[in-house]
Amino acid sequence: MEQLAWLPVHSDFASALKAARLETKPEQRMSRLIELAGSRRDFVATVKLDRTFLDCMRELGSSGLTKLQLSQPRLAILASHSIDHLVPAIRIAGLGRRIAPSIHVGPYGLYRQALTGADPELANFNPQFLLLALDADEVQSEIPVDAAKVEVAAAIDRRIEDLRRLWRAARERYGAHVIQQTLISRTPPIFGSYEGLIPGSPSAVVECLNNAIRSAALEEGVLLLDLAWLCQRSGADDVGDPVRWHQAKQLVSPHFAPQYGDWVARIIAASLGLSRKCLVLDLDNTLWGGVVGDDGVDGIRLGQGDALGEAFLEFQRYIAALGKRGIVLAVCSKNDAAVAEAAFSDHPEMALRRADIASFVANWDDKARNLRRIARELNLGLDSMVFIDDNPAERHIIRRELPAVAVPELPDDVANYARSLSDAGYFEAASFTSDDTMRSRAYQANAGRQAALDNATDMEGYLKNLAMTLVASKIRSNDLSRAAQLVNKSNQYNLTTRRYTEAELTRLVADPSVLAMCFRLRDRFGDNGLISVILARVDDRWGRTAWLIDTWLMSCRVLGRQVEAAALEVVANEAATRGAHALIGEYRPTARNGMVSAHYAKLGFTPVDAPAAESGDSHFWRFDIAAASLPQHFITVERVP
Amino acid sequence: MTEQEIFQELSVVFRDVFDDEAITLRPETTAEDIVGWDSQAHVTLVVATEMRFGIRFRTSELETLHNVGDFVRLIQTQLAGS
Repeated sequence: MEQLAWLPVHSDFASALKAARLETKPEQRMSRLIELAGSRRDFVATVKLDRTFLDCMRELGSSGLTKLQLSQPRLAILASHSIDHLVPAIRIAGLGRRIAPSIHVGPYGLYRQALTGADPELANFNPQFLLLALDADEVQSEIPVDAAKVEVAAAIDRRIEDLRRLWRAARERYGAHVIQQTLISRTPPIFGSYEGLIPGSPSAVVECLNNAIRSAALEEGVLLLDLAWLCQRSGADDVGDPVRWHQAKQLVSPHFAPQYGDWVARIIAASLGLSRKCLVLDLDNTLWGGVVGDDGVDGIRLGQGDALGEAFLEFQRYIAALGKRGIVLAVCSKNDAAVAEAAFSDHPEMALRRADIASFVANWDDKARNLRRIARELNLGLDSMVFIDDNPAERHIIRRELPAVAVPELPDDVANYARSLSDAGYFEAASFTSDDTMRSRAYQANAGRQAALDNATDMEGYLKNLAMTLVASKIRSNDLSRAAQLVNKSNQYNLTTRRYTEAELTRLVADPSVLAMCFRLRDRFGDNGLISVILARVDDRWGRTAWLIDTWLMSCRVLGRQVEAAALEVVANEAATRGAHALIGEYRPTARNGMVSAHYAKLGFTPVDAPAAESGDSHFWRFDIAAASLPQHFITVERVP
Repeated sequence: MTEQEIFQELSVVFRDVFDDEAITLRPETTAEDIVGWDSQAHVTLVVATEMRFGIRFRTSELETLHNVGDFVRLIQTQLAGS
């Protein structure tokens, strides 16, 4: 299997590296090195590139790297086999993802001592990530081939307990996030296919152990470098070479280093939140065979009964599965918008539906401009996008114009597209939650709002058209955790930045002298969820009839929709029914909440002096409920108890 | 490939691996003569040589690679056999 087949081939890697080395400014040199890290390279070229990268890292220092927006995680590798030859490839794969990792390799074979004994060097290195790479021999050798199933299970349990101890030591002693490599067997089967029926056979033991490692890792919050699975995909002969094992105890062969390094780097990138989030798709000859504008919806090749049509369908299904997993899907096509949309709505065999696509851009503009448009519409960075296009010229242009976008090479045959995209590992995950499966829908809704705003000629028309409903209620028990999350996380649209734990919030909600409200916003594009919390209370400094707004915060995702005006209406009415004549607004400036400095002024409050006892730097504002007029908004308010 | 050509190609490999454009090889050049030619670099050198010449050294041959002359001789044997 060709190494890093999804990366473009550089026209002259050696000369480009030479030229990069001659670049005197380290910042400029680094950006050339980043480009080279993103091109296809073998073991030797990777080692050469790494040498220059290391020098450049040293020259720039930590502050220089930070200025270039390169993150600098610390990775320790503890292995039972020799691994030094893989380090350059890990570092360079990191560089391709704008990561400049520091890597510490523990003494070969001494992983147990490093974790359970004292290793001052490792402690001093202070690893954030710790890759534990073991080989299978140790376990295989202790289980006789005729061992009963229970004996095998007991031996595996002992081994897993041992691993858990090592993982905990890594976490507790060094505070490191563990990455466990699954085991690959160097021993070929001794029974043939019958091997799997013998619990104590070498292959069966390794398979069983790997499954046990996977379950234990999930429980312990350990990430996997699943070398065993990756080996199935790449072929055991490609990954390991017995000659290198005997020569230098290299479990993974040097030829395979670029690929291995990429696997390690993508896991670290995923943990740092640097995996790609959005897949942008060309249409003609990428999602179906033929050109829909020429061939018509009926004429494109897609679906059962035709080998090419089936291959495209299968690629669509793979993309749809990525979408369900939480990858945001977008379309960027040179096409007539109506014609392109018609393929989605009218072709019976499409696996991808229009509703799966969060941003759909089909026009005759250049694709770089359209990719920027999609990024804006989805509010995603270009560095979170992957662009798939069968046309090499389009790929080339995007790489040149928008280097932050990942543009994989595609194989000649659509039948291999899905594998190739998967091999590239752009969407490596470090977790999977219900939020992920909801994500595409949320992005679709936001894209719809953004498009509506682009189309609206006036703000008022846009807001009316959103058909917003604000649902106001007291903070009820099932609102508490989300309300507490907002109270403790909001920084920008937060007037006082007072933090309350869930327990403290529970007490405030139960207090009859406190008005504790939360707000949800729905619109025609969907439900935004609980987006605002307001706490108002009687405060002796202001007298019994003026209620102090202790806390007012709102999620920035509903900014500019006049939610605050509608919320004020609710709070003013509520306070009035409880005997208040006025509301007192408080603004406590912080480094982060400058955006709300004029919040109360905009809502019609008037500035007042701080009370005598006030020692902080808060500004106070007053709103006389009967006299002042409530600000205008276009939101239907629904008050629930 | 003549012995001279093998020498030239092998020099490129050595310069790549040790990142030193000034390296000039002679048959008697050993690890003592080149800065950085340690056991790890030796494996890299073997792999890089295999890649450059499209050959594979046998496990039995690895032990006999002591100086540049050994490399050249083995490359010749391998190329002749293929």
